Amino acid sequence: MSELDIKDLKVSIEGKQILNGVNLNVKQGEVHAIMGPNGTGKSTLAYTLMGHPSYIVNSGEVTFKGQNLLDLAVDERSRLGLFLAFQYPVSIPGVTVANFLRTAVNARRKASNPEDKGIPIPEFRKLLIEKMGVLKIDSSFAGRYLNEGFSGGEKKRAEVLQMAVLQPEIAILDETDSGLDIDALRIVSEGVNLLRSQNIGVLLITHYQRMLNYVKPDAVHIMMGGAIVESGGADLALHLEEHGYDWVREKYENGVPSAS
Amino acid sequence: MTDNAVLITRSKKILVDEQFSLAPVFSETSGQFTKYQQQAWEVFKKLPFPDDSQEAWKRTSIRGMRLGQLQLADSSIVESKIPVELTKPLTDDLHGGEILFNGSQVTLQLDEKLAKQGVIFTDLRHAQSEHAEIFSKVLQASTTYAEDKFAALAAAFGSNGVLLYIPKNVTVEKPLHSLLWTAGEGTLHAFQVFVYLEENASATYVHETASAENKNGQNLHAALMDVKVGPNSNLNFVELQSLGSQDWNFTHEKVSVDRDAEVDWIFGALGSHLTKNFSDLNLVGQGSTGKMSGFFFANGHQHLDHDTQQNHMAPNTTSDLLFKGALLGESRSVWQGMIYVAENASKTDGYQANRNLVLSEKARADSIPGLEILTDDVRCTHGATVGKLDAEQVFYLESRGIPRKEAEKLIVEGFFDPIMQRIPFEGVRKRFQNAIEQKMNEY
Repeated sequence: MSELDIKDLKVSIEGKQILNGVNLNVKQGEVHAIMGPNGTGKSTLAYTLMGHPSYIVNSGEVTFKGQNLLDLAVDERSRLGLFLAFQYPVSIPGVTVANFLRTAVNARRKASNPEDKGIPIPEFRKLLIEKMGVLKIDSSFAGRYLNEGFSGGEKKRAEVLQMAVLQPEIAILDETDSGLDIDALRIVSEGVNLLRSQNIGVLLITHYQRMLNYVKPDAVHIMMGGAIVESGGADLALHLEEHGYDWVREKYENGVPSAS
Repeated sequence: MTDNAVLITRSKKILVDEQFSLAPVFSETSGQFTKYQQQAWEVFKKLPFPDDSQEAWKRTSIRGMRLGQLQLADSSIVESKIPVELTKPLTDDLHGGEILFNGSQVTLQLDEKLAKQGVIFTDLRHAQSEHAEIFSKVLQASTTYAEDKFAALAAAFGSNGVLLYIPKNVTVEKPLHSLLWTAGEGTLHAFQVFVYLEENASATYVHETASAENKNGQNLHAALMDVKVGPNSNLNFVELQSLGSQDWNFTHEKVSVDRDAEVDWIFGALGSHLTKNFSDLNLVGQGSTGKMSGFFFANGHQHLDHDTQQNHMAPNTTSDLLFKGALLGESRSVWQGMIYVAENASKTDGYQANRNLVLSEKARADSIPGLEILTDDVRCTHGATVGKLDAEQVFYLESRGIPRKEAEKLIVEGFFDPIMQRIPFEGVRKRFQNAIEQKMNEY
């Protein structure tokens, strides 16, 4: 069973420490929601796990499937089964969604078998059409340049499409729900649930409870001041929706958490 | 014959380290072509070698070229075998005709049906002996040799080359292909291409200049292209350059487009040590259209300079230029473009864009667009960009399991995609894709 285990993770960007000791354990098949006000380090956690070069790990450990994740290059993390759905995916002009995804699929095949000739085009096409169907994405999407001129909703759907094609074991969704209308939110959530039924583990970063109506979390964590300060079940998200974060702030004054 | 005076630039520095001492050998016959070459030789003798006091040569220096060691190609040529992939058709069809120049050896082939229709696709020696009348007519209209020292050099010394002539109302479906394969060391290769489409004619022509890589010595390739597209005619003109790093490459090209005619002009520049290319699109006839698409990719110590001119000389003319280049190593590129709109050229639509992707710290791209518009009621736009590889794009692709080198290659391919979209020939696109692959693998 795949497991992502984060221990006392401290991370800086541009000399400023943002994560002040994050502890978290996500197992395959579980959905963990991370909530919290802006600027508390949620996206920093996501980027650090994926290996963005701007984020410097000062201390702590992250193991994934028994390996030291922090020792691995970005592409190796992905091929090991980690996925990050970006909050603001960049566009890659001139590279179509289909070409990009085929390259990504082939990179996986090639890593496990250097002799691999790549996925046959008809087989890939079938796979892509099937996944796009589930996410109610028009087939013309495959021929568009990756994220170029995509609406906010299209970008989020494209992220979930990539996740569906690449079949990770643990996925981090960084505010995948933001900018989606109700219909799009439902479709994207169905996509996530489908993967969950295939035993994916999800770290769902969000500001709002609404996606959790569709994707039922096993655990909800509140992040503040660069650490997880409260953890609970699905009802914790409902509580936040109703009462906001003030009570959390009062409990952990100045955002400094008590030892967890 | 020497050119002492030109060895000193304004700054009194020696520009070229040795003196050019060759003289052309003219044909015994007193035909039009010999007269033309003699005129070019007179121009050559009068003009100095260019130096950085001229705007066009400010960013491209011929310093380091060993002119004194050059020999004429014919007397010194070492033949080598032309690689098979260079003779494969680059377009979907089989060749309608092909001319291979390999040293003094020339292989000519033309579809019989085309020959019967009056199509001429031959080398200049046969053009003189077998098509003197038409060749004379073509030469009378050709003045490109007077443009500068290297144009005159190409004309005076270029005793061989290509004549392509398409008679009125003739459509050539199958593409025509010529290849100049150069060899030798310290060799001057001068070459001339004449293309003449009469009224309501149509053709696709691919000309390729290539050589085997040779680390020793220098070669000089000077070429001149004079292209006329008659009224209501249509020409697809593809030029590919994959010279070795021993080659110093100078070309002067003019395409003149008559009333309601169209030209689709594609450049691919991959090789040479140094290239200075002048390409003029002259829209001389009302309603004429010209499209220019350039692909270049430099690495190592290559220096590629493309100087383009879109001249709108008549009303209702349209030009559309896109040049895209990538640079690796310590290479350098220059693109300098001008859209000129004459006083009478109202309702003109002119566009030019140059995009560069600089992939290494030590590489450099200069991009200099320009407009000179002498009338109102026109639409002219231009754009020039020099960018680097975006680290966020690389990270994004890596985060999907694509290794860094492959991610970078994908981004570079994406960068060139708009040029690929403009190239209607699968074989040419494939050639460019292979070049990207090859150069990115060395990176």
